[in-house]
Formats: sequence, structure tokens, C-alpha cells
Amino acid sequence: MLTRNPVASRPLLHTSYRSDMALFNTRAKLVAVLVILLAGVALPLLPPSMLPDAVLTELTRGSVYAIGAIGLMLLTGFAGQVSLGHAFFAAVGFYTAAVIAGDPDGRTLGFGITELVVWLPAAGLAAAVVGVVVAPLATRLRGLYLAIVTLGLVVVGEHLFEQWQSVTGGPSNGRRPPPVTVLGYRLDVDGPFFNRQQQLYWLMLALLVVFALAARNLARSDVGRAFTAVRDRDIAAGVIGVNLARQKTVAFAISSFYAGCFGALFYTTFLNVRPDQFNLFLSVLFIVMVLIGGVGTISGAIAGAFLIALLPRLARWLAELLPLVSTRPTDIPNDSHLQQVLYGLLIIGFLIFEPRGLFGIWHRIRSWWKTYPFSY
Amino acid sequence: MIHLLEAVADGLGRGSVYALIGLGFVIIFKASGVISFAQPGFMIAGVVLVSYLVDVPWLGFWGALVVGTVLIGLFALGVERAVIRPMIGRPVFTIAIITIGLDIAIRTVAHAWLGFNPRQVDDPWGLRTFELGPVTVQQRHAAAVVTAAIAVAVLFAFFRFTRMGLAMRAVAEDQEAALAQGASVGTVFALSWALAGALAAVAGVFAAAGLNVDNTFWPIALYALPVIILGGLDSLEGAVGAGLVIGVLQSLAANYPDALSWLGRNPSIIVPWLVMVLVLILRPYGMFGTREVERV
Repeated sequence: MLTRNPVASRPLLHTSYRSDMALFNTRAKLVAVLVILLAGVALPLLPPSMLPDAVLTELTRGSVYAIGAIGLMLLTGFAGQVSLGHAFFAAVGFYTAAVIAGDPDGRTLGFGITELVVWLPAAGLAAAVVGVVVAPLATRLRGLYLAIVTLGLVVVGEHLFEQWQSVTGGPSNGRRPPPVTVLGYRLDVDGPFFNRQQQLYWLMLALLVVFALAARNLARSDVGRAFTAVRDRDIAAGVIGVNLARQKTVAFAISSFYAGCFGALFYTTFLNVRPDQFNLFLSVLFIVMVLIGGVGTISGAIAGAFLIALLPRLARWLAELLPLVSTRPTDIPNDSHLQQVLYGLLIIGFLIFEPRGLFGIWHRIRSWWKTYPFSY
Repeated sequence: MIHLLEAVADGLGRGSVYALIGLGFVIIFKASGVISFAQPGFMIAGVVLVSYLVDVPWLGFWGALVVGTVLIGLFALGVERAVIRPMIGRPVFTIAIITIGLDIAIRTVAHAWLGFNPRQVDDPWGLRTFELGPVTVQQRHAAAVVTAAIAVAVLFAFFRFTRMGLAMRAVAEDQEAALAQGASVGTVFALSWALAGALAAVAGVFAAAGLNVDNTFWPIALYALPVIILGGLDSLEGAVGAGLVIGVLQSLAANYPDALSWLGRNPSIIVPWLVMVLVLILRPYGMFGTREVERV
């Protein structure tokens, strides 16, 4: 035993700054992430009797929600700028992607470049550019003023998109989401080996891993530390040499990039998208994901996103248990009412009882076992 | 010219509704430094409650309005006690997000009570008009202006002449100093929520006068946000003035859409928000608001 490397047997002992700041600073974290990932990759191979395609679609949406939530987490959770404008940037991303990939002969504008490698970065960049344009307003404002302005952005954006019929198809018709072709292989139709739901699930999971790793790396770089400094005390951050205006602009740009990618990807599981889908409620939904996940953690954003994506199913299941709530949409109250109330109650409950969110709950469980049998 | 005056009269009617909701925002902000996004929830709850109360035969519209307002005020008081009070001392951002959660929950329950068929508050005015000189004015707008004027006068007298009003002003000035002088900060918080809820309910009923209320009615309350930005978050007079200004501007945009055709159809929907952005670019603390002083 004495010959063993002391560092390997004591995972919390970091002998260098480098190992402390590593992407996976303990082996347990690395193993856990790999196990979860493997389970996630293997999940669609279960037979449909155990895992219906509808659930798979909800999980796919969870992955894409997570991409958007990570974007808001960087802006709100790390840089401390409360934005209710995420839905607007998602709309910019969606319409960019839909125009680039849209049918050139269709009712709405389209260029027919269906390759995801083209339209996804374009959607993100377009949203990021709009984010940079809006950022000067944001850097002048703090706290709740910013929340109100970004709220206004969503209302104005929704109106403008409804007017811009050649791109959006107008408020009643809407337009089709971009077709998904990756390197010449069409993914949003049933393939020879796997069906549409499975293919999209794997695609979104892979993209989520890429986006999450990028965000995690950003958070532990100098940019991420500057964000945290701005969040914790912006005056102090300014004094020690953080350029506030620049960091806030960067935060807005990156967050909008993520939101744009979310917008481009999310609606590929839908048939038709109307401009009013990018409403205030979508922005609030992202705030909910960030808060119930745990502010300041990338893993929290992912957990919150999956919880929100599965909440409709949860609400239906709860509605069957509750005698007063019906599952038929023609009755009142029905499960969609329950679902909406749950959104509200989740925000209130988490903020009062566990402000650190799902991550905080996990943290408490972990500490309890770590100090067992002397836990309290 | 007459068309213009009629548009202004219409705008004053809308504006007094915005002013009342805006006053609720400002009262809560002055007391606790929080913007309560739950105001739309209280407004729609008030409208739905009154739409049921008017069915009680001996109550009538005015009775229903008073009972509904008091009940929503008490409800807001309870919400403050149960949800907001435990959060004292936490960042204002956290409390603001809680109020978003409250808003979603309250609004969903209110919409469930609304059902699938639109409801009315059975006001005595409907869409009837009267002649004021050469100008035709809708009765419901005149009623809204008069009611708002009475409410504002009572409110300002309350702040100016009563002990509780003095306590509220003291808490708005400096919480700790007020506490040291024996003002009950908790009571002030509770009262500010009750007042805000009651104001939202009154405003909602007058906004709903003559209309059918369904679940697309609530965004009216959001126009109070441009109002409080224009007036300044901590200025009661500003909220009243800005409410009327926003109302009139919106009404002008609705009556002269051709002048704003570059904003597409129905420019009146976004005019208040554009005004807000303009104000924030020029004066980030509103027209009458107190400039925030940074201390290190």
C-alpha cells in the first residue's frame, strides 16, 4: 500500500493548478460521465415496447433544450446578466436555418442548402451577430432593467416576425423547419437501419456533447473567470481590470450563438413552425431550466433541460393520479393546466427550498455519502 | 382634428389602466426593491373573480368590483406572506424570478376558471359613447379615467397623511433607519403587495369593460413595464404620467397606422416597447426615476 501513488488514492488532493482546473478533475467524474454517455447512446436500441418513439422524441428535445439552456447558463448563470430574450435569438437562428435549408420552390424564401454543417453554424452566427448588435443596450443596463428590455425584445421580435411573411410564412401559416442532412445522409426520414427518431436522437446527443464540452472549457478559461467576476461584483471586476462592456458583449454573443443553434435544431422534430412559438413563455422556460438545474453549473443546465422536456409526460402521469385533474384536453382542469402550474411551482419551490437547484440536491447526496457514517 | 381628440380620449382611457397597474409595480419596487412580474397574474385573477361575482344578483357591478378588489388584495397579501417573506435578504433577481413563477401559477389557475368561452365583467357601459362637445368619447374610457383619478388621489392622500403611509415612505427611503424608528417593515411589505394586487384587479376590470375576456387578455398588463421604465421605477407620479403618455401614444398608433406602416400591421402593439427602448438609450433610469448611485 505504501508504494502506491498517494495522489491516485486521494482524488481530492490536487498537487497542481492544472489538475485542479482539469475538465474532469476527479476520476469518478470522468467515469460517471462516460457511463451516462454510454447509457444514453445505447438507449434507442431498446425495443419500442420498452421505449416508445414518443419518449425518444422527448429525450431528443431534451438534448436540444439543453443546448439552449447551456447558452442561457453562460449568460445568466456565469456572467450574471438576466435575459428574458432567449426566445428572440432562438427565432433568429431558426429563421436563418430555415431560409438556408428551405425549399427553393416553396411558399417561403429558401435556398435549398440542406446540409446541417452549413446551416447550423450559420444560424448560430446570425443569432450571435444580432446578440452583439443588442449588447450595447444591455451593457448600459443592470439587473432588472436588462430583464425588462430583453422581455420587450421578445414582444417586438414576435411582432416583426409575424409581419415578415416571405420568411416566416405569417402568423397563421408558419413555415417548415429545415431538413436535416449530415454529410449527404438524410437523417429526418427513416433510414435503412434505424428510424427517424433514433437518428435524430443520436445526432442531437452528439451535438449536445460538443456544445457542453465547449461551454465547460469556456467556463474554466480566462473568459469564464471574467464572467464569474462580473456576476459576483461588477465594480470589483472592473477595478481588477476586467473590461465590463467587452465581457458582457462576449457573453451575449456566445449565449445568442447557443440560442440560435437551439432554434435551428429544436424544431426539426416539428412539422410546422409559427412565429408565435418564439414567445415570452419559451424565454421563461429557459430561465426555469437554468434555475432548477442550478445556477453556475453546465451539468445543471442539462439536468434542468431534460426535466423540462419530460415534464409534459410527468404531468400526464400525475394527472392520472390526481382525482380532480383530467387528461382530456376538452376538460378543465386538464393535464396541460397542471403542467403549467408545475412550471410555476417548480420555480418557487426550488428558489425557496434549494436555490442551488438539482445540482444542489446531488451535492447534498454526495456529501452525505462522502462523510458516511458521520454525516448529518 | 376631432378624430385626433377622440384618439387622445381613447388613449387616456387605456392609459389610466396602465397607470394603475404601473402604480402597483412602483409601490412594490419602492418598498422592497423588487419588480414583481406577478402583476399580470393578479390582474387576470381579479378580472375572472369579478366576472363570477357579477353573477351574484344583490352585488351588481360596483359591489362585485369592490369585493373582488378586496379579495385579490388579501390574496396578494397572503402570497407575500407565504412566498416572498421567506426570501427577504436574498438577491432581488431571485425574488423577481420567483414572481415570474407566481405569475405562471396564478395565471394558469385563473385561465382554467375562465374556461373555453370568453367571459364578461358585465360593466354598465359596454361600448356606448357620449358627446363631450364635438368629441365622441366611450363611456368606459371616461369611467376608467375617473376611477383612476379617485384611486390615485386616495393613494397619494394615504401616503401623505396616514401613519402607515408615513411608514411606507420611511421604508422606501431607508429600511434599516425605518426599522430603528419603529416602523414595521414586514407590515409595509405585506401592505405594498396588497395594494399592488388590488390596483391590478381594478385596472383589469376597467381594461376588460365592454370586452370579452379570454386567455389572450393578460398581455395588457405587460404594457405597464414600458410605463414604469418611462416614469422611473421609483416614482409614483412618474407612473401615472407615463401611463397616460403610453396610453395616448398607443392609441394614436392604433388610429393612424398609416404613419407607422413601416412597422407592419397593428403598430400599436409594439409602440410602447419602442418608446421604452428609446428612453433607456437616452436616460437609463427613466424620465423621473432616481439615478442609481454606485458605492464601492
